[in-house]
Amino acid sequence: MSHDIGIWIAALLTLGIFSFLYKDNPAYKLCEHLFVGVSAGYYVVLTYFSVVRPNLLDPMFHDFFGHRHFLLVIPLALGILLFSRFFPKGDWLSRWPIALILGVYPALRITGFGQGDFVEQIHGTILPLWVHGNLGATIGNWLLVGGLLTTLIFFFFSKEHTGALGGAARIGVYFLMVSFGASYGYTVMARISLLIGRVMFLLHDWLGVLHL
Amino acid sequence: MSPSLADLRRLDRRWIFLAIGVLVVAPLLTGFHIAPVRPGARAKGFYDAIERVPAGATVLLAGDYDPGTIAENYPMHLAAARQLMSRNIKIIAVELYPGGPPLADRVLRIAGEEFHKRESYDYVNLGFKSGNEVVMSQMGSSIPRTFPADRRGIPVSQIPVMKGVENFSQIALLVSVSAGFPGTKEWVQQVVSRYHVPMIAGVTAVSAPEYYPYLQAGQLQGLLGGMAGAAEYEVLVGHPALATRGMDAQSLAHVFIAFMILLGNIAALPQRSAGKKQGPSA
Repeated sequence: MSHDIGIWIAALLTLGIFSFLYKDNPAYKLCEHLFVGVSAGYYVVLTYFSVVRPNLLDPMFHDFFGHRHFLLVIPLALGILLFSRFFPKGDWLSRWPIALILGVYPALRITGFGQGDFVEQIHGTILPLWVHGNLGATIGNWLLVGGLLTTLIFFFFSKEHTGALGGAARIGVYFLMVSFGASYGYTVMARISLLIGRVMFLLHDWLGVLHL
Repeated sequence: MSPSLADLRRLDRRWIFLAIGVLVVAPLLTGFHIAPVRPGARAKGFYDAIERVPAGATVLLAGDYDPGTIAENYPMHLAAARQLMSRNIKIIAVELYPGGPPLADRVLRIAGEEFHKRESYDYVNLGFKSGNEVVMSQMGSSIPRTFPADRRGIPVSQIPVMKGVENFSQIALLVSVSAGFPGTKEWVQQVVSRYHVPMIAGVTAVSAPEYYPYLQAGQLQGLLGGMAGAAEYEVLVGHPALATRGMDAQSLAHVFIAFMILLGNIAALPQRSAGKKQGPSA
């Protein structure tokens, strides 16, 4: 059994969270509140030491690259303006930094999505429907292209899903159901993996009865 | 409805939790073994991508996860560090999850001691930076400006492994170990498509289906999905460890859950039949 106080705290907190599986109780509530409080404190301290100090304060005052970056006063001022939301009379000042964030962030995401998903994924579906000497690849390509087209038809709502269009949409539903099933299977695997991880910690690190 | 099926419908779910607990604990304690882990094509793709990187090249190792997904991400992270260091590849580690840096430190320290690698000379952990895609995009312009100092506060200009590294042009491979957002998807969108850096990913099982299209389109060269993917990769690296050990418990729990889904559907059959006979309610 471990003699490390940190391991003991982690093990008792793990058991406290697991106790919710029986029913809600004060031990679970305590662990839950501790987690929220400690996470918030950790994030604040980490952000100061990994972002505010190396990217803002050090370049301004300690001169890493041989010249000081006094223009960093601008992001510093914008950052301070965000806190104006705490003061009702001056909360409009926070709109300027928020406007900057809203301007930059969606643009970055849209261009990333356009290049990484939209164009590349269309490119990835342009496949030969007959691969000479490889029946498996041929069937795979037909399934991929067929699944893509029928699923797209399912989400085409400008015309009633009847006749050939309805039949194709129905096939698209089957493809969607297979993908939902695969996602569910992976979700089960993920949740069981997390449990195994905690059980390994309890048996190995805490109790010392499991030898890895 | 027969009494047995009615009882099944009223089964207290805590019995199921208990059964899952027993099925997970028992194989770990007894060493019960079902079947050997056989690496698949996706894990081989991950392994081969690292094998193709020449010795002495620099790789970016992004550990975008926190203790919540240790069971899945940590084994693949450690195995990747082992393979990289065994091939004398230099590692620059970054994390976009606030809880990631201590885990990356641990991975690099363990693998570094095994392969006699020195921090700052063979690997460096630049730590966490908030900003998600903005950080990735900024790294495309300048990695030293995005991360002026490493996790210990040492300026990157004084770190030998960072010498000559300005942006993604000097990165031979991007290895993303990811638990979700920000992670693999964002690295593909912001870095692979713009800077054409070869990339491989190890992800949590719950997010894995999201990345199959990237693998199919060639944007990813290899993909490890959850603990199963990590176990396959551990076998390829020749160092079966945490994930491989957990696979028997995983398999038993899966068989039980599949059985319970089947049983639940059988128990619901009489109710469905009765509902069909009554017709749709007004």
